[in-house]
Amino acid sequence: MDLRGKKVIALGERDGVPGPAVAECASRAGAEVVLTLTACYV
Amino acid sequence: MGLEDQAAVKRVADEHGGGVVVLLGTPDAESTQTLAQTVVAGDPSYAGPLAGVPLGLPVFHVFETEIRNQVPSDVYEAQVALMEMSLDRDAILAGLGEARRAGATT
Repeated sequence: MDLRGKKVIALGERDGVPGPAVAECASRAGAEVVLTLTACYV
Repeated sequence: MGLEDQAAVKRVADEHGGGVVVLLGTPDAESTQTLAQTVVAGDPSYAGPLAGVPLGLPVFHVFETEIRNQVPSDVYEAQVALMEMSLDRDAILAGLGEARRAGATT
């Protein structure tokens, strides 16, 4: 799956990879990030 | 996934139609399966805005090789590599595989 030009929802998690880090990877791969979230389960 | 987060995902998916891809950064197999199921088949707890709403979005994890290979290595190292080393990558990707089989997506 080629991320270039795709619209991406970045769903990170506090105990894993946070949303902004997922979003940075997607955008640097050429995708357009349309939503960034970081879930938090306690 | 929280109710507000579900509402945001639903809104964005509705706005952009079927061309949206979900990229996960979840830390274990269970959370990966739950989130993947939520954006593919609907909220499994039937509590949120995505209850009974099968968005059918393609789901990937940032640890997958096909994703990693598209990210500049310096960016991946800075943003992801440390967590990848400390988490059970194989279990996470196995969880994603199960969610895909269950939802017959990607």
